[in-house]
Amino acid sequence: MTAPEPRPASDCFPAGGRAFPHRDLIAIGALERHEILYLLAEAEQYVAFNRQATKHSDRLAGLTIINAFFENSTRTLLSFEIAGKRLGADVVNMHAAQSSVKKGETLIDTAVTLNAMRADAIVIRHGSSGAVGLIADKVDCPVLNAGDGQHEHPTQALLDALALRHKLAERGHTAEDFTGLVVTICGDILHSRVARSNILCLQALGATVRVCAPPALLPEGVERMGVETYHRFDDALAGADVVMMLRLQNERMDGQFIPSPREYRHLYGLTAERLALAGEEAIVMHPGPMNRGVEIDSGVADLAGRSIITSQVEMGVAIRMACLDVLTRRARGMAGWAEPEANWV
Amino acid sequence: MKQAMPLTITSGRVVTPGGVEERDLLCDEGLVSEMQTVEDDTVFDAAGRIVAPGIVDLGVFAVDKPAFHFGGITRAALMPDASPPLDHPARIRFTAQSGKPDLWVHPLAAATAGLEGRQLAEIALMAEAGARAIATGRRWIGDSGVMLRLLQYAAMLDLVVVTHAEDAGLAGNAAATAGEMATRLGLPSAPVEAETLALARDIALAEKSGARVHARQVTTRAGLTLVRAAKARGVAITAGVTPAHFMLSDLALANFRTFARLSPPLRSEDDRQAVIEAIAEGTIDVISSGHDPRGPEDKNLPFADAAPGMAGAETLLAMTLTLVRDEVIDLPRAFDLLARNPARLLGVEAGELAAGKEADVLVLDQHAPWVVDSSEMAAAAGNTPFDRQPVEGRVVALFKGGVRVDK
Repeated sequence: MTAPEPRPASDCFPAGGRAFPHRDLIAIGALERHEILYLLAEAEQYVAFNRQATKHSDRLAGLTIINAFFENSTRTLLSFEIAGKRLGADVVNMHAAQSSVKKGETLIDTAVTLNAMRADAIVIRHGSSGAVGLIADKVDCPVLNAGDGQHEHPTQALLDALALRHKLAERGHTAEDFTGLVVTICGDILHSRVARSNILCLQALGATVRVCAPPALLPEGVERMGVETYHRFDDALAGADVVMMLRLQNERMDGQFIPSPREYRHLYGLTAERLALAGEEAIVMHPGPMNRGVEIDSGVADLAGRSIITSQVEMGVAIRMACLDVLTRRARGMAGWAEPEANWV
Repeated sequence: MKQAMPLTITSGRVVTPGGVEERDLLCDEGLVSEMQTVEDDTVFDAAGRIVAPGIVDLGVFAVDKPAFHFGGITRAALMPDASPPLDHPARIRFTAQSGKPDLWVHPLAAATAGLEGRQLAEIALMAEAGARAIATGRRWIGDSGVMLRLLQYAAMLDLVVVTHAEDAGLAGNAAATAGEMATRLGLPSAPVEAETLALARDIALAEKSGARVHARQVTTRAGLTLVRAAKARGVAITAGVTPAHFMLSDLALANFRTFARLSPPLRSEDDRQAVIEAIAEGTIDVISSGHDPRGPEDKNLPFADAAPGMAGAETLLAMTLTLVRDEVIDLPRAFDLLARNPARLLGVEAGELAAGKEADVLVLDQHAPWVVDSSEMAAAAGNTPFDRQPVEGRVVALFKGGVRVDK
């Protein structure tokens, strides 16, 4: 089985490295619409690739990728690890639980250490907003943000967009973006980096975004990000084309934000009855891990034809392969990608 | 140590509370003298520059002489948040002597033992040891019963209580003010009501106890409205601010710049405008530096994990002069805010160039341009939120008790 060839320079995107003139992937907020579309387009080849029986490429052979996770993770770490390995890179996982590597002097030292080991890309998850950008400033190789505090989780937003686009294409929609689509994001918006990245990504692609949560879980000023805010879930669902559920991030809560999970489910749980309030054939998404019976009922999570939760996981590997591929092109000396650093934005 | 020789500063534009006067300033036996000329004096030619009182910096977290002298600061009131806290007469006595003769440090007595907000510290003994006022430290006192007893005690001793107006329950572990910026950055944040609530309580208790309360930093429109109303009722409350809150809004947090991590956090643009209005109309009485030099081990961290605070001593005067340039205030009022008002709160005979006051004098080249550079600061650390900002106004000579101290 051979690796897919790099896509020919499409007339949709600027040529070579100008299609994605960033060294790192830290935040959706730093990307232009066409750069998001470019990453999605690049990921398509890997969706097909990953569905083959044998899925191995040597495109990143000889490169070392370090997954440095300062916060616990199962699915994101696994997804990045599989992505790196399928591209033939040497993938090393560094588990640094938040308890052992706690304060920043160590964080900077860790960054310098990783850099000295001559990694070719570093994937970082950290519990503090801005921490990944801080590390990126100290290293010489591309850095991918796998989630920093309550700030951003860019690959999650990209994989959500890819999964959504695939589902829409299945239903016969041919548009490359989400113009006219109404997406309702419901749950713990305050503590969610997934919500922030998704708001930015979906809006960049033309969707109208609604956010819904009890007041204590809705960050002040979020409407200034251009979203419509709701406290009543039923209102937020009316006419929605997509319903994205988020879990309660109890581990980030400092104090009590809701009376009980039971009461939360009563007000904000996505049940079959509630889903009927949304647009006809509304699509159900969840970044996982799910708390079945709290924010989403099993019947909805597993609803054939409507729920794309497992597709989100599948697209995650393809998106991460595309990101690793694109960000290492300069180091691999790919034609048209050897732009000097000065051209990075 | 005081210079026996009298000193005359000639050809200056002398800043007094009444206005700017072109005249000579005579200092004798360490004090400003009424006389105009004496025999055998030392002469310093101010050459038409501004001659103003040395700055009395009310509320610093470190004694940092090079930074203070660069900034024209001759007296600094030291916050009790040392390790261990300034909650014992012996530590107060030692600290009060620590800068002399060329910098006078006025230690602020910790209001409560260990600054924990539970048990009153030995305030009267600390006052006798040299404490000029009381302070609650970086934190506010959560227990209103303790606060009332503290204020009653302070009223009896006629000592000002310097407070930190931030309700701890609302503030929590916040690193920013709730709003669009904190939301976009995903930073833990607290609403401005953290300040409003704290001020409302402290004003109520000040009114009941008759104590003099100085809210070291009032940074929000709502908070300033409370202070304005309380002053109108005759409550003995005064308010201060640092240049950060009239120069910057929370937009300065962009890219997680930890030099802009302050306590209280930077506010909205509307609050910044309210601070400027309050300075203009007199609701704010004191501008201080909040000098808190912090090295990379405290600042080169993810934003929320970084320590709050800025190295502010060197930029205090230049930033205040931007208000003069913008005609928010005039020069005499600027030095009321920087020197005369804080000196009065501390009860020290300084802060203005009037006969009999301590001859703490700075000579200022008001329009000398320079650029703030965090890598080349006189301070113990370069954590300034004003890095790379071009400013005007440099101290060219500084006298403490009639003796030149900047050379």
